[in-house]
Amino acid sequence: MSTLHTINKSPFDRASLQSCLRLAADGNAILLFEDGVYGAMKGSTVAELVEKALSNKTIYVLGPDMKARGVDESKLIDGIKVVDYKGFVELTVENDKVNAWV
Amino acid sequence: MKFGIQVNEGPYTHEASVSALNFVKAALEAGHEIFRVFFYHDGVNNGTRYTTPPQDDINIVNAWSELAEKHNIDLVVCVAAAQRRGIVDEGEQERNGKDGNNIAPGFRISGLGQLIEAGIQSERLVVFGD
Repeated sequence: MSTLHTINKSPFDRASLQSCLRLAADGNAILLFEDGVYGAMKGSTVAELVEKALSNKTIYVLGPDMKARGVDESKLIDGIKVVDYKGFVELTVENDKVNAWV
Repeated sequence: MKFGIQVNEGPYTHEASVSALNFVKAALEAGHEIFRVFFYHDGVNNGTRYTTPPQDDINIVNAWSELAEKHNIDLVVCVAAAQRRGIVDEGEQERNGKDGNNIAPGFRISGLGQLIEAGIQSERLVVFGD
């Protein structure tokens, strides 16, 4: 049983990313989209938390939402995977449940 | 696969309506079925045909109506959330003695049971919102 967690808010606006990383089970997938993409960037105050989570969770970021915010792939924390909307749909199919941290 | 979609945020607020639209389009392109889109909380504001954004802006309400017509998607607006926010169809107009209605084409007003049913009938329920 795997769950896809979706985060659509910046970690500097809400604590949804931090809560998700604290509570999501090992092996779960997390998708950062909308303002949530800021959580995928290197060098921020949450970067260490995100890097640590990558050891036992898969983290994805929505490419179109990165592009809309001028976030280049080179600015992403190593190990985070970029997907498009097709990939977003595939993630919801691959995982048994989708949990939106809204 | 059968999807249920829940939209909790109005159009032109942050991004949830557009994200949901993009997700629904991508799911349909991949051959999946959209069982229902349920508009809850401020999401009901996606369902008024009086929405008139500037011409160079995306008309989110029309985008939902067009998508619903093209793919026969059930767009359901929560009745209690709609009443609070002045989203009215013919039935609600009559029931509440209002002087008009504003429901957009392809949308219908119904109860929370429709969300529960979408959760039961769909293999995945994907939530977009604030």
